Amino acid sequence: MKRILLLGVALAGLAAPLTAHAADKLLNASYDVARELFAAENEAFVKEHPGVTIDQSHAGTSKQARAIVEGLEADVVTFNQVTDIDFLVKNGFVAEDWQKKFPNNASPFYSFPSFLVRAGNPKHIKDWSDLARDDVKVIFPNPKTSGNARYTYLAATAYAKEAFNNDPAKVEAFVTKIFDNVPVFDTGGRAATTTFVEREIGDVIITFEAETRSIAKQYGEDKFEGVTPSVSLLAEFPVAVVDKVADAHGSRDLAKTYLDFLYSPEGQKVAAEFGHRVHDEKVAAEFKDQFPAIRLVNVDDVFGGWDKVSKEHFAEGGTLDKIYGSR
Amino acid sequence: MADHGKGRPPRVGDNKVFRRVLLTVVLLLVALMIVAPLVVIAVEAFSRGIGYFAKSIADPDTRHAILLTVVTALIAVPFNTAFGVAAAWAITKHDFPGKRLLTVVIEIPFSVSPIVAGVSYLFVYGLQGLFGHALQAADIKILFALPGIVLASMFVTGPFVARELIPLMQAQGRDLEEAATSLGASGWRTFFSVTLPNIKWALLYGVVLCNSRVMGEFGAVSVVSGNIRGQTNTLPLHIELLYHDYNAAGAFAAASILACLAIVTLVAKVALERRGAGRVQRPSALAGADSITPEVKP
Repeated sequence: MKRILLLGVALAGLAAPLTAHAADKLLNASYDVARELFAAENEAFVKEHPGVTIDQSHAGTSKQARAIVEGLEADVVTFNQVTDIDFLVKNGFVAEDWQKKFPNNASPFYSFPSFLVRAGNPKHIKDWSDLARDDVKVIFPNPKTSGNARYTYLAATAYAKEAFNNDPAKVEAFVTKIFDNVPVFDTGGRAATTTFVEREIGDVIITFEAETRSIAKQYGEDKFEGVTPSVSLLAEFPVAVVDKVADAHGSRDLAKTYLDFLYSPEGQKVAAEFGHRVHDEKVAAEFKDQFPAIRLVNVDDVFGGWDKVSKEHFAEGGTLDKIYGSR
Repeated sequence: MADHGKGRPPRVGDNKVFRRVLLTVVLLLVALMIVAPLVVIAVEAFSRGIGYFAKSIADPDTRHAILLTVVTALIAVPFNTAFGVAAAWAITKHDFPGKRLLTVVIEIPFSVSPIVAGVSYLFVYGLQGLFGHALQAADIKILFALPGIVLASMFVTGPFVARELIPLMQAQGRDLEEAATSLGASGWRTFFSVTLPNIKWALLYGVVLCNSRVMGEFGAVSVVSGNIRGQTNTLPLHIELLYHDYNAAGAFAAASILACLAIVTLVAKVALERRGAGRVQRPSALAGADSITPEVKP
């Protein structure tokens, strides 16, 4: 063991100069399916700021948050879950008012659970109510393990709350019916895609609108078509400077410039090209055809915030367990 | 019992139906579980044409992932080999208190899930962990950098060499070593001239196993790597990343590289075994003893 330690220390000495940060370098810790998006964003950013290097780390954002707390020196985070930045706040890595430091709750672009059906929409799926029909098979991953599916669960619940005037019994019955129509719960979004696309199970897959685009792009635009429901739940892609790391690296200015860039017309355009909805009006107008109108509700208004959602819906014995368990 | 003829007792394999069923089942399983996935890797890797395959491999991040995986193996395998030989030598040729315990401890990585190994490294070297603050104060980076990846790989593959050697060395006993020692050979000399020639093929086999496992390790490395593209993404991690990007062809291209590395190690093993097989007539143990005898000091 001593030898292992010694070797480790020696190696660390070798590796240290390589990983030392200067202020012309950032590490962006991001979510797992954002690799190509940020490859494009970074290329556009570096074009404007020559000599700067943006390194990327990609994994599930809960894992990323944990890694940062354990010492992964990310200067900025670009996540797809608000709660994972809250975890960084709790551990003193990100300032408590992070959502106020950048526009739109520090979310440069957004998306929402949307539908992708087979070409021609043979089952005439238009809205959430169609997912509860007896003749429709629905694909989305297990909300117990997939953040993506939690949004789906919450969006379906939000729709039901409106449709049934907040009657808890009816809402639960409706969501349970949708869950009953899911033939197989995969663990993650990617596995669910495989089930829908390659195993050809199910009539509709529910995932983020941006994802439905990548799926159609990857597997053939003529084989699938997107369906935008009447209402869905806003999914934010929050960004933050990791204060503790940025201060240690002296990279705070660059970090802020980088995150600001995501809000600039150039940055927004890249995001829109990858299927995300953006706030910049000019860019949004330019991509209008791609993005049918939709009414979005948010977690704070419908469910009273993420803390409440975690306790009431996702905690052990919560509503999700009841619905999932009743299958 | 006339079928069996030749006066030997009946054996399991003599029943034709049984033999055919057994063979069919085994071949089918091999085809389904080993051949089919390999074929899929090859087919998918080239599904977008050889140009795309070349482009995937030439991608700087993929090239770096290959390099990182090879560097990790170059550090971890020799270290684990030395450790494995030392451990096997100590356990089989010497008596000391706590020997049983050591045998058990060496095998721990086999029974621990790699993900648990990775997480336990977080708890030891992470910022919130045992040595976290001391390491940070000294500006030493272990996690989310090469040292962490190497350490995690070494933990997972620690027992491979020792596991191959211990049964063999136990079976061989200590007679030759004792003879060498009684003739005056030093410990090092006994090891290099007597023990090593006897165990070299088992050792090599252990090294090959260890190497392929180091290169393929996913779980433990995934926890401690930090997944920084072009810096700490090993080949298996890179494959997962590409796959999640809907870049199946790129993922399978990278996977085919990993498969090729595995095949190269396998071929190396077979080739080395062939070369070794030529020397079987002259037992290496005797060769070792021969060369010692004339040089022994009075």
